[in-house]
Amino acid sequence: MLYNEPSPLETKVLTRRFGLENSASIDTYLATDGYKAFMKAVGMTQDEIINEVKASNLRGRGGAGFPTGMKWSFVPRNVEKPRYIVVNADESEPGTCKDRLLIEYDPHQLIEGVLIAALAVGAKAGYIYIRGEYRYLIEIMDRAIAEAYSKGWLGKNINGTGIDFECYTHTGAGAYECGEESALLESLEGKRGIPRIRPPFPAVSGAWQSPTVLNNVETYCAVPPIILNGGQWFANLGTPKNGGTRLFCLSGHVNKPGVYELPMGFNLLRMIDEVGGGVWKGKKLKAVVPGGSSCPVLRAEECDLAMDYDTVAKAGSMLGSGGVMVMDEDTDIVKVALRTMKFYQHESCGWCIPCREGTTWLKKLLGRFDEGFGQSSDINLIGEVAKNMLGRTFCPLGDAAAMPTIAFVEKFRDEFEAKLTVVPGSFEDKSRLIQVV
Amino acid sequence: MADLVNLTLDGKPIQAAPGTLLIEAARKQGIEVPAFCYVEGLALQAACRMCLVEVEKMPKLQTACTLPVGEGMVVRTNSPVIQQARKSMLELLLTNHPLDCPVCDKGGECELQDMIFTYGAGESRFTEVKHHVDEKQFSPVVFFDAPRCILCYRCVRICNEGMGVGALGVINRGVTSEIAPNLGDHLECDECGECIDICPVGALTSESYRYKARPWEMNHVGTICTHCSNGCKTTLGVRNDHILRGNNRDRSGINGEFLCIKGRYAFDFIDHPERLQSPMIKVNGEFQPVSWSRALMAVAKKFKEVREASGKFAVIGSNHTSNEENYWLQKFAREALNTNSIDHRRTGDLATLLDALSGRTNALASVEDLYTTKAAVVIGSDLSQQHPLLANQLRANFRHHKAAIYTVTEGPVRERKYAKLMRIAEPARQLEEVEALRNELAASGELVILFGDTVKGDAVRRLVAFGDSLGIPVKYICLVDYSNSRGASDMGLLPDLGPGYHPTGASGLTLPEILAAHDLDVVWIVGANPLAGTSLASDGAFVVVQEMFMTETAKRADVIFPAASAYEKDGTVTNVTGEVQQLKRASKTMGAKPDLEIFGLIAREMGIRDFLPAKPDAVLEQIRKTVRGYDVPLPVLMTGGAAQTMPVNGRVPVVSRPELIQSARDTLFTSGSLGRYSHKLNSVMERDRVRLYDSGVTAP
Repeated sequence: MLYNEPSPLETKVLTRRFGLENSASIDTYLATDGYKAFMKAVGMTQDEIINEVKASNLRGRGGAGFPTGMKWSFVPRNVEKPRYIVVNADESEPGTCKDRLLIEYDPHQLIEGVLIAALAVGAKAGYIYIRGEYRYLIEIMDRAIAEAYSKGWLGKNINGTGIDFECYTHTGAGAYECGEESALLESLEGKRGIPRIRPPFPAVSGAWQSPTVLNNVETYCAVPPIILNGGQWFANLGTPKNGGTRLFCLSGHVNKPGVYELPMGFNLLRMIDEVGGGVWKGKKLKAVVPGGSSCPVLRAEECDLAMDYDTVAKAGSMLGSGGVMVMDEDTDIVKVALRTMKFYQHESCGWCIPCREGTTWLKKLLGRFDEGFGQSSDINLIGEVAKNMLGRTFCPLGDAAAMPTIAFVEKFRDEFEAKLTVVPGSFEDKSRLIQVV
Repeated sequence: MADLVNLTLDGKPIQAAPGTLLIEAARKQGIEVPAFCYVEGLALQAACRMCLVEVEKMPKLQTACTLPVGEGMVVRTNSPVIQQARKSMLELLLTNHPLDCPVCDKGGECELQDMIFTYGAGESRFTEVKHHVDEKQFSPVVFFDAPRCILCYRCVRICNEGMGVGALGVINRGVTSEIAPNLGDHLECDECGECIDICPVGALTSESYRYKARPWEMNHVGTICTHCSNGCKTTLGVRNDHILRGNNRDRSGINGEFLCIKGRYAFDFIDHPERLQSPMIKVNGEFQPVSWSRALMAVAKKFKEVREASGKFAVIGSNHTSNEENYWLQKFAREALNTNSIDHRRTGDLATLLDALSGRTNALASVEDLYTTKAAVVIGSDLSQQHPLLANQLRANFRHHKAAIYTVTEGPVRERKYAKLMRIAEPARQLEEVEALRNELAASGELVILFGDTVKGDAVRRLVAFGDSLGIPVKYICLVDYSNSRGASDMGLLPDLGPGYHPTGASGLTLPEILAAHDLDVVWIVGANPLAGTSLASDGAFVVVQEMFMTETAKRADVIFPAASAYEKDGTVTNVTGEVQQLKRASKTMGAKPDLEIFGLIAREMGIRDFLPAKPDAVLEQIRKTVRGYDVPLPVLMTGGAAQTMPVNGRVPVVSRPELIQSARDTLFTSGSLGRYSHKLNSVMERDRVRLYDSGVTAP
């Protein structure tokens, strides 16, 4: 049973098996070209596989959008250490709900993607790190892995190719920070989920100080279609330098929320209106967060753009993890900012000063402000505290907390001003005083 | 040696070795880059973000503590952007740090205070409610105030990497992160206090110093710890002749910042209420306090009588008294009292080692050698407990240089966490086990061998022969146990060997023989407690004891002189590796006198003139002139440095008496008779639970 009706505008590549009966079973998988890409890749050299992925213009679907082929090419060839494939299934970015579907409906596609990545870098073992809250998905994934083992698609001498590969699931325990690649590796190794000093990067020194390929679920799932149909084919589905399709998680004040696989470059307004059925209850659009809560908000007039990494970045936001959150005209932006900051404050790992103290200060500040006890100087202060965090934290969580806050305050200043108890320019208005800092 | 890297730092072109961290390169140029979490020698963190600097062509500010120098880098450490960044980091830090300065121990020596003054804003814009949790006590030594903690994780690292104990960790997440002790609500550890001293703020404070003083009220006197033989410098904070605290934060000794519970906290025996403060004479079986002149008269009279009658004197010296005291005592005993029955409790077979090494001046290791050597073997010692500084050096050596450490001991030791090989063997078989490691050891390129009392007598010769056979440079450390055990031996508190192991040509009684002899007339015991658990066979002997407390030995005395501790006198002591360091008087106890002064008073009372003056300077001069290997440079000593002595210059006519050698077998929490009077050592729960070679309790 699917969670939402598919849209006719979708280009179903990764999601093509969604809706099939027993879509998660290996029999269904094998009957629908399953593991054929792997067998094709077995006959390719490591360079050929990586070049195909490079040609596809596939970019990391977890949020950062780093070119996947390039990432795989960073794994050193002549090193004695074992290589590892790690799947980041710690889907915790608010607004994102695509990896859960890929695992629920087509887990073997993920396994096959992992296998091909293993061929590309010479890995013999892989770990699928699933967030602890996805309890039911861990069971589904374990079952798929067991099926693969029993049918000879994992383990020693896979399908007679002489290739060995062991695959394991590993559970997270409720930390958003463990979706950050180096914190994920720390957690995988059994330590506190604190990020690592980079360099060295995981491709060179990752899990257990060994070369590791670490990608998002959706990224791995795109690999079998790429190998089967060719990198160029995948690239052509999207826009230049932004190849393929991606799963968009359309949520919020729309008539048809759901997960839709659309080609890169699909227009955002068109997505809301034609795929999402338009803003609900006949309301007007106020704002959209395009790629998960870490992405700066876009005002309604900014939403006429192509949804790919480069275009959205040029517009001052990010494509991120594809969590498109639609907000109608009645949305209280200050409350949105506060709710966002509550999340980041709760999830901050506490390692570095600016994030730990900054998110806490902002949460308290926004909280007080939302309750109506703000002063006009607080509005500037919110932006300044956030700017003091930006670029100075140990890992991008600080940026993920700071950038949206700055965007909310700058783009919706009028909403903040409307919450003031003090009229700007009056005696209470401290912003008239000379700032000492 | 790779080429130096060229870079520009604050407009100035400089060079640095490849791999140097920017923060270190800057410091070498005299440029201070502030940092809380960066500590040289511990794992890099980049957590506090205070050390952010601008590097051209890098889009974000970079942490100088993790970025190594790069060819052509252009670095700015003090631009307006950096100044603003530092201000904002401190402002963020102060959003939860309570302004406890008026009541916080650290006020006046707090790194956060210093940074705020140098880099911070004059005003904070934070007007919300701060996160608060109550202060906790982790142990009888350590208090923890979480709101003050800036989460720099220095304490966690020093305990884990530095000490190898790992008793502190972090729990919870985000702003509620808290340093937590290993047993949930309390600590079970070495109670060394490293965490307290390394804490940049007043989050971790010490029970013995809390609320007592401000740093500027104290004189800081650097002297040598009076407990074990490692010779750590402990800088005592003294106010009005009263010692309030000990630490070595100025890193002025061979121990750097390292100190154990004894060096930091076990100075409190000085204040023990049972401290002897008056001479006493035994009248009808009871002790009566008397004046100095009366006590001296009684002793001088008896000494003169016995000397004139050619009676028998015996002298038992101390493992804790200074080199000057030891030298003077044996000289007086031999020349003025005509006796060679002089001995002390021997804890290691130094004489046999020196004889076996005869002629070689480069065969004794220093404390620094333990940090740089490629390999080391520890035989018969629970090093982390009995010689904490030496263990710390080896541990740091492994951590930084991956040295190969081997242990051969009677039970598991903490070194097993990083030793290449650990062998368990009973004392009689330990040398065999060492010899079985021949190939491993020979392949290591250079070696330091540390051995305890399981290797003594001929076994020492066998060990040295083994070392010679490896064909690599080998250095030795004979592990003796007390603060001046080495000095006691070097200065000739031995019946057959004088200062510098010069043969006296005469014979005398050894310590057990002194205790067992029936015909002694005078037994003079200085700073030792040989009668604990045994008694003097010479019932009629006149016993003079110089002591700090009413020990079992003092109880047997006829006359007791109240002695000063090592912290209350000047002089020099020699540590286990033969490094001489200066003692500096830190405090004073009413009524007690340094042993050397007491010796001089006895001599004067006896009418002996023309003898070496009983003053530390004069005796040191004599030692430097006449004792082999002790011609150490005075400037080094007087400025608080350590000078290694090398009393090896030929054979030593030693008669091996292995039965006389016995280790004190002190743990971290015991220190012979002295330790019994330290309230701090007795109050920690580990004292009753920790045993040597029992890694179950403090060593995880």
